[in-house]
Amino acid sequence: MASLIAPENPSPVADAEAIRKAVQGWGTDEKAIISIMGHRNAVQRKLIRQAYEETYQEDLIKRLESELSGHFEKAVFRWVLDPADRDAVLANVAMKQSKVDYHVIVELSCIYSPEELLAVKRAYQARFKRSMEEDLASHTSGDLGKFLVALVGIYRYDGDEIDPRLAKSEANVLHNAIKEKIFNHEEVIRIVSTRSKAQLMATYNRYKDEYDTTITKHLVDDPADQYLAAVRTAIRCVNDPKKYYEKVIRNALNKPGTDEDALTRVIVTRAEKDLKEIKELYYKRNSVSLDHAVAKETSGDYEAFLLTLLGKED
Amino acid sequence: MAGSHEVDTLTKAFSGFGVDEKTLISILGKWHPDQTKTFRKGTQFFIQDERLFERWVDKHVEQLKREFLRFKGAVVLWTMHPWERDARLIKDALIDGPKSYNVVVEIGCTRSSEELLGARRAYHSLYDRSIEEDVASSVTGVERKLFVALVSSYRYEGPKVNEETAKSEAKTLCNAVKNAAKKNPMEEEEVVRILSTRSKLHLKSVFKHYKEMCGKDIEEDVAPHLSLKHTVQCLSTPQTYFVKVLDEAINPDADENTKEGLTRVIVTRADVDMKAIKEEYHKQNGITLIEKIEHMANGNFKDFLLTLLARGE
Repeated sequence: MASLIAPENPSPVADAEAIRKAVQGWGTDEKAIISIMGHRNAVQRKLIRQAYEETYQEDLIKRLESELSGHFEKAVFRWVLDPADRDAVLANVAMKQSKVDYHVIVELSCIYSPEELLAVKRAYQARFKRSMEEDLASHTSGDLGKFLVALVGIYRYDGDEIDPRLAKSEANVLHNAIKEKIFNHEEVIRIVSTRSKAQLMATYNRYKDEYDTTITKHLVDDPADQYLAAVRTAIRCVNDPKKYYEKVIRNALNKPGTDEDALTRVIVTRAEKDLKEIKELYYKRNSVSLDHAVAKETSGDYEAFLLTLLGKED
Repeated sequence: MAGSHEVDTLTKAFSGFGVDEKTLISILGKWHPDQTKTFRKGTQFFIQDERLFERWVDKHVEQLKREFLRFKGAVVLWTMHPWERDARLIKDALIDGPKSYNVVVEIGCTRSSEELLGARRAYHSLYDRSIEEDVASSVTGVERKLFVALVSSYRYEGPKVNEETAKSEAKTLCNAVKNAAKKNPMEEEEVVRILSTRSKLHLKSVFKHYKEMCGKDIEEDVAPHLSLKHTVQCLSTPQTYFVKVLDEAINPDADENTKEGLTRVIVTRADVDMKAIKEEYHKQNGITLIEKIEHMANGNFKDFLLTLLARGE
């Protein structure tokens, strides 16, 4: 369930006016921006942008970019974009890092539906005038690159049909590769990147039944091996996406200095989807509410914005 | 007694692509049993059985079955939604194996990004699996990497091209070709990356730079690796590729698989680039495709193909 709290029928024109007031003149009324934008869903935000453009002949996003700063600005920028456009931006940022942030790419392929991934690829082409595949392929290399490019390209079957015999045979194939320690075997990449999610879950369950351990526990070797970490991530994302997101948030908050990019990414992309359940998982795991943990590790407008998306009552 | 002229006419009605339904009706329907017997004795379709009767040669009956069905095949393929058509063509190609690998390349490279996507959707509906996973699991040879990448592509189709990148990628391809003796370029990651992710416009520029740098057309240089050659052709000058398919198909000695290329090319390209294909065919063969089909095909099948070829005129 979404954690976002948004009214039924806000007036985009009134909202645009209120935001205009907030950004005009000396300084910016960040609280006003948070209280409006932090309580609008994707459709409503789009209408506000249109109303703002029509009334003031200015791109709201550009205005906000110039008025705000720091982690708060990054979060608001990502929040205000159309979801597919946002993910395209996140993917582009992820691949430009000196060490590609494979999490973002893996999430797109393994948690998003094939149609959602497609929408992101289209948005990517519209924004960057190149395909996501070609950019990813030219920014990555080695086993990790091969894997990520495959993940992004494949348009998975998204039905519930599974083939139990295939699940058994592919669980064996995976086990053989693992036994021989050829983790980057073509077959591993083939199976994990091309099979449907339903089929993969059947395969991973089969693996656990046959070999008494979850496959991720067997896919360990060199801790610095990014490719292997990406494969484990791909498996976790398919098996239990909410548990995966809880871990990303937990790691982001526990890390000395806090990983704001990861924190922002999860909260902004899941606020309208399943952030509520992720919060519940977080509490179960850590005995402290996510709101509390975020308040502890972040501050100022950035903190206020995140808490609003998390569903804090004003 | 059937005149030798009528025997020849009937033989022609049974030979080639499709059957001449009208002739079969007008001649066979009217013949006296003696005339039919003369035909049986005078044609290669029958042999003298030891028990003193003229027997159909099994091979010819099998062939006839295919020829009678050729029209049906063309009509069904033509009427199908292009997405279902491409999905079925790929499925059949994967079942046929290496001799039909060119079809996988053909569909992966000559369709627009949205058309290829549509084919992938239709494949989900028809077979409850993705094209990608089936290609990945059935193609086990050196072509696998390339094929999976080609069918998963969702290329940018806008006008922007980065000339610097195109130049450097031409160089990469040059090197891969030079190194072909040590490593099959089809298995070279960079070759697959460039050919399967870059936009077609970008690739035109890459191939142009390739010729300037390496001295030859890339098509010539990769010729020993058939699938790579098809890939490059389909991405830059598809009509060259399609004319070759037609040449091999309109050959009475070709196997059924190859012959199906005739229907496939005409049905799938009639509304796309048939004009260019016809021009190239004429250039290569000295006669027009229409003339060739007039000569080699029969009956309803022939009429149907000619009608498709006349579209857009």
